[in-house]
Amino acid sequence: MKLAYYPGCSLEATAKEYGSSVRSVCKALDVDLVEIPDWTCCGATSAHATNHRLAVGLPALTIKQMQAMDLDCVVPCSACFNRLKTAEYNMTNDAAVRQEMEKLLNFKYDGKPRVYDLLAYMVEKIGLPAITKKVQKPLKNLKIACYYGCLSVRPAEITGIDSTENPMQMDKLVKALGATPVNWSYKVECCGAGHSVAKSAMVTNLSGRILAKAREAGADLVVNSCPLCQTNLEMRRPPGEDMPVFFFTELMGLAFGISEAGNWLNKHLVDPSKVLSAIQAG
Amino acid sequence: MYIITEGGPKALDLNFTKEVKQRSGQEIELCFQCQKCASGCPIAEYGEIDTNQVLRMIQFGLKDELLKSKAIWVCVGCETCGARCPNGIRIAAVMDALREMAIEQGITPGEKDINLFHQCFLDSVKSHGRAHESTMLIRYKLKSGHLMEDVGVGLKMFLKGKLALFPHSVPSKTEVKRIFEWARKK
Ligand code: SF4
Ligand code: SF4
Repeated sequence: MKLAYYPGCSLEATAKEYGSSVRSVCKALDVDLVEIPDWTCCGATSAHATNHRLAVGLPALTIKQMQAMDLDCVVPCSACFNRLKTAEYNMTNDAAVRQEMEKLLNFKYDGKPRVYDLLAYMVEKIGLPAITKKVQKPLKNLKIACYYGCLSVRPAEITGIDSTENPMQMDKLVKALGATPVNWSYKVECCGAGHSVAKSAMVTNLSGRILAKAREAGADLVVNSCPLCQTNLEMRRPPGEDMPVFFFTELMGLAFGISEAGNWLNKHLVDPSKVLSAIQAG
Repeated sequence: MYIITEGGPKALDLNFTKEVKQRSGQEIELCFQCQKCASGCPIAEYGEIDTNQVLRMIQFGLKDELLKSKAIWVCVGCETCGARCPNGIRIAAVMDALREMAIEQGITPGEKDINLFHQCFLDSVKSHGRAHESTMLIRYKLKSGHLMEDVGVGLKMFLKGKLALFPHSVPSKTEVKRIFEWARKK
């Protein structure tokens, strides 16, 4: 299977381990990722928080490049997914926006939906049977809090999620890897997102609460799909909190027995070794 | 019509109400103050106005009070409020519209650092086509004066190879510049 691929800025910097694990896991699943050659930044929170034109214009440029490739495009970063999907939604449902983008970027939008959240694509299109087939080391000793956060989930009419309060895709995936997803009430709470730098104390509070709730629910670790959440949950946490946080593709890599997995985990700011020994003991 | 505020009677500025409605595409008059938005808002304790009050103040046309507030800046855009609003009002889109209006009117942001961070991030995208964390953060630090914050964790990230030293520039940079120019014209 061939898919267009939008890595987004963080997968080449703060979330390098996400970038490498996405590529390895897709390879293992026989998914050929073709990086959009000239992708640009989606504008992230800063664009839509301050300028509605920039918030559509920047992702629309990438959508133009996607259209030229004529492939479904997967986006691992929840924030990039949300911005690209919102632009796609606006261009499809609002003729004025579409025409403005076509004029600005000098192309004709064909209206085909192409933007997919990588996690949802894996679970729904590649499918759990194909994933289960690749599992060599089931993560059977692990209790996992699946953390979805905001941007892959809300608003539902744009993201297409089944439930904004209790989404289940990541839970199903984790189960397919042999682990046990825990029931907890903070799976869609916000980590503080883009305010990490300018309002760090506030973000520490929000992230700390999420980790504490995961612990309370009996989880050994938190798994997520967003580079921003990963950074906040690892970097902005109260002193003494040692709950490890993983990207879902890293857990897939471990369960698939991919040997480079160690290199990804080295990049974590919070030591994941306790969890790893539980897997090895399994 | 007038409304009595802490600062005395004030004329309702219904043009403001209309403008926020139009920019956000949200039917603000549907809000009946059930407070579901505010009760789930993760940053409720950090702003001075609750989410439901923001809606009420728009209905009353309290422009200055809103555009100068902290509340519009601390909103993280998590969309929790909108997902739960029984009337389907996307309050995050309303907050986006309020911030944009405050910027256009040159109002000093109620939370200076947050806006500064956004502008430094966007400057980085404008010059390279992609966000470059190191140069963006240095710029933010110099401009905000928070020079020593996060130095330790920054170093840790650098040692783990998570902060690229040099920006990656994309070929479509000229198109990106054009998008910025178009977006910022009035
Ligand atoms: S949830 Fe909706 S109707 Fe209720 S107070 Fe908030 S904006 Fe108004
Ligand atoms: S979008 Fe803003 S106002 Fe709404 S719940 Fe999130 S932080 Fe609160």
